Amino acid sequence: MRSLRFLLQKEFRQIFRDPAILRVIFIMPVIQLLILPWAADYEMKDIRLSVIDQDHSSYSQKLISKITSSGYFILNDNSASYKDALNEIEHDYSDLVLEIPPSFEKNLVKEDESKLFMALNAINGVKANLGGAYLRSIIQDFNKEVRLEWIQFPRFNPELSIEVTSSNWFNPLMNYKYFMVPGILVILLTMVGSNLAAANIVKEKEIGTIEQINVTPIKKYHFILGKLIPFWILGLVILTFGLTIARFAYGIIPAGSFLTIYIFAAVYLLAILGLGLLISTYAANQQQSMLLSFFMMMIFILLGGLYTSIDSMPEWAQWITKFNPVSYFINVMRMVVLKGSSLADIKEQLFIMMGFAIALNGWAILSYHKRA
Amino acid sequence: MSAVIVENIIKTYGAKKNVVTALNDISFEVKKGELFGIIGPDGAGKTSLFRILTTLLIADKGKAAVDGFDVVKDYKEIRKRVGYMPGKFSLYQDLSVEENLEFFATIFNTSIEQNYDLIKDIYRQIEPFKKRKAGKLSGGMKQKLALSCALIHRPSVLFLDEPTTGVDAVSRKEFWEMLKKLKEQGITILVSTPYMDEAGLCDEVALIQTGKILSINTPQGIIKDFKKPLWAVKSSDMLRLLNEMQALDDVEDIYPFGEYHHVLLKKEYGREQLVQWIRNYSHEDAVVQKVEPDIEDCFISLMKN
Repeated sequence: MRSLRFLLQKEFRQIFRDPAILRVIFIMPVIQLLILPWAADYEMKDIRLSVIDQDHSSYSQKLISKITSSGYFILNDNSASYKDALNEIEHDYSDLVLEIPPSFEKNLVKEDESKLFMALNAINGVKANLGGAYLRSIIQDFNKEVRLEWIQFPRFNPELSIEVTSSNWFNPLMNYKYFMVPGILVILLTMVGSNLAAANIVKEKEIGTIEQINVTPIKKYHFILGKLIPFWILGLVILTFGLTIARFAYGIIPAGSFLTIYIFAAVYLLAILGLGLLISTYAANQQQSMLLSFFMMMIFILLGGLYTSIDSMPEWAQWITKFNPVSYFINVMRMVVLKGSSLADIKEQLFIMMGFAIALNGWAILSYHKRA
Repeated sequence: MSAVIVENIIKTYGAKKNVVTALNDISFEVKKGELFGIIGPDGAGKTSLFRILTTLLIADKGKAAVDGFDVVKDYKEIRKRVGYMPGKFSLYQDLSVEENLEFFATIFNTSIEQNYDLIKDIYRQIEPFKKRKAGKLSGGMKQKLALSCALIHRPSVLFLDEPTTGVDAVSRKEFWEMLKKLKEQGITILVSTPYMDEAGLCDEVALIQTGKILSINTPQGIIKDFKKPLWAVKSSDMLRLLNEMQALDDVEDIYPFGEYHHVLLKKEYGREQLVQWIRNYSHEDAVVQKVEPDIEDCFISLMKN
């Protein structure tokens, strides 16, 4: 025990003596948590619209003003022809083209139906999709209004219409920050856990200190614990730090209990530190370990459900996410922070995470040798 | 009982076509309390040998024992009782001198106070800087710290891998003085070095080249084995002299040695012949002397055969 205590003391001394690492550890969460949630917003605003109004009627005017007053669209220009409008899109001045054909109003009144044409710039798929959907719903709305105008009260609406209203549970205002901040916190913990821990051990290899340690009678598990515990503590400190930022910068107070978050985080950190340890046993120098961690992080983030929902992934990708510890923690974080899930609700994820921790650490310990 | 026994150790690196034999059937013994030098050029296999003896590396074939323990079976015992100072400075650069020493003392389950008497001569020289970080020490001080750390648990066998490489002449001399004192404390010391002039300071030396031991003897014994007459020649045009002599079939070997060239002649020739040859090449001011071989001459001739 005495040597473990000294290993820990040494490790903490080294961490606190490296101002660059210390700075990164504390500045990284601040920047990531203060900037990323604002940037990662799925709500599309300011979609630039080109309108080709060939009707110039009062209805077409009404429609255009309704669209522009929705707040989602900016009227880029009134093009004279479709060709002109397409030119705008080609030059990336415009994202969306709405063409109102001649006699739009006439047909609407006379024939009870009229057509509109919409063209989308699909280079940015999300923008095209959402922009189209917004526009469609605005036009539908417009359609309803027009009909209401015509129908004389109390005559019954001859057309059946189903109106869908939705309420957003657990996040009533669909505030993306509530959704992103817990996820970003997970990524932060993962980075500290795997990258820092791996780089730390590999550094000992690089400088040759591990050689000096290996010729001592120090026990293998003492050495490994001496490496895991400091980063485990550091991870929990960063979590606390991150939750504090979430509280004061975004007013996010977990609906569930902090204890649940910390219990899961504690197990999660063990798993992710195991991964870091594993990377360090295979990497010969810090460059290799950094590259490897970076590669892993990319997969973890993109297949972790932080930005793209796991449910919308193809089945094979969903299978990959099952082997991604990050996806479980992001899920659990959101469940606890937004929904207020308790330990009982996340017990499945907790057990899976324990499995990860045992498997990764076990593998790492087996492949760490005190000699070549 | 011998402190170190090495029997037929073979170690190869690489696989298939690129096999490099680092150690090729090496055997030797080191007596207790001896200062044993392993001398050889870079790439001779010195570090591999040390890593096998300190249980960091497993040999392909052969047996080795340190302090009576097998390096493979009883590696745990060996780790308790050997000190190893690798060729590369490998202490924690971001910890202070004192912290490094304390750390290594603790993981060997001892304390600085317990073994202070053993390291005090060495440690005293760096003690004024004990709050300084190890990475900020000068080369000589780093080496003293590394030696202190390797000694802090009072090892019975000390392995020093090229301790004097990259160290200035004065520090080198000091270092060997320190080793002599440690020897008096009963510690067996194995030291490897590429510098032949250090061989004379050991009790016994093994000359190793491309994984093979060329000779094991006391420094005096090695010199005694050198039976051929050795000549030192000098002229105002040393390079021309070297090239011309090398071209002669009757000259067995010639190599620069300080301000002279040392010349070995084939058995049947003597001084007169040598003077004659030099005169033939019109070196007016040539000097020819008979010299006693020193250990470097012995090694050069061993290596060339």
